[in-house]
Amino acid sequence: MVVDELGETVVDEVFHALADATRRDIFRRSAESELSVSRLSEAYPMSFAAVQKHVAVLERAGLVTKTRRGRERLVRADPRAVELARRALDELETAWRGRVERMSELLAELPNPQEKHTTKGEER
Amino acid sequence: MTVTSLDKDFDSLTLTLIAEFDAPVERVWELWADPRKLERWWGPPGFPATMEEHDLSPGGRVRYHMTGPEGETPRGWWEVTTADPPNYLEFTDGFADDDGNPVTDMPVMTVRVRLSEHEGGTRMELSGAFQSREDMEKILEMGAAEGLQQAVGQMDALLAA
Repeated sequence: MVVDELGETVVDEVFHALADATRRDIFRRSAESELSVSRLSEAYPMSFAAVQKHVAVLERAGLVTKTRRGRERLVRADPRAVELARRALDELETAWRGRVERMSELLAELPNPQEKHTTKGEER
Repeated sequence: MTVTSLDKDFDSLTLTLIAEFDAPVERVWELWADPRKLERWWGPPGFPATMEEHDLSPGGRVRYHMTGPEGETPRGWWEVTTADPPNYLEFTDGFADDDGNPVTDMPVMTVRVRLSEHEGGTRMELSGAFQSREDMEKILEMGAAEGLQQAVGQMDALLAA
């Protein structure tokens, strides 16, 4: 219930945007280089309009930006989005590595009720 | 090291790690299921956790606070979505106000824990996912300076051990 409330208050555009395999692929490609929508649409078995729709979803989520150059529309991943994800996941990694390490130490420290497993407590 | 694999998925904003423990599944489960044991590893160094309410059945809640070095007591909650002792636990983890009630405009994470027997010990597969990019940004704003310093200190201690 709490989750539902939150789901409505926080914008879940990113998750929606990345829930689709084609959009994830577009996002990945556009992170590597700037690509036009027409170039992108050659890569998928779907219409130009369909690819354009996918790009629009990514754009709404703030994952890519679109710029016009001549007759072309160029798509590029927002480097800020990628960088943010990287930093957030790094922090999460640090937190969980610490927890796992403490769990491991605690297991070595706590008496084992059934002595059927010989725990090598000091192994690291 | 006990962490044997780690994967970060930037698309789904999910961290998945696999750790191995030299103890049977039931004992690793106890680290989650026994609030006194959970208190000893949940909080980062310098922030011991106190579990005020702890019910790991589906729909159950955990309410806790941590006590910081300056006497500050950040609070948090879990809401258990799935529990299959001693092998699986899934919950959402968020921030709470001073009365222990969930703060609805603060980030929430989804955590999944799977324990299985592996070569006489236990393999723990854990994933943590941010629910949105906005949540992720908020976590970053809050955690940045202090959290990182603590983590680095902790890593130093481990490397020296």
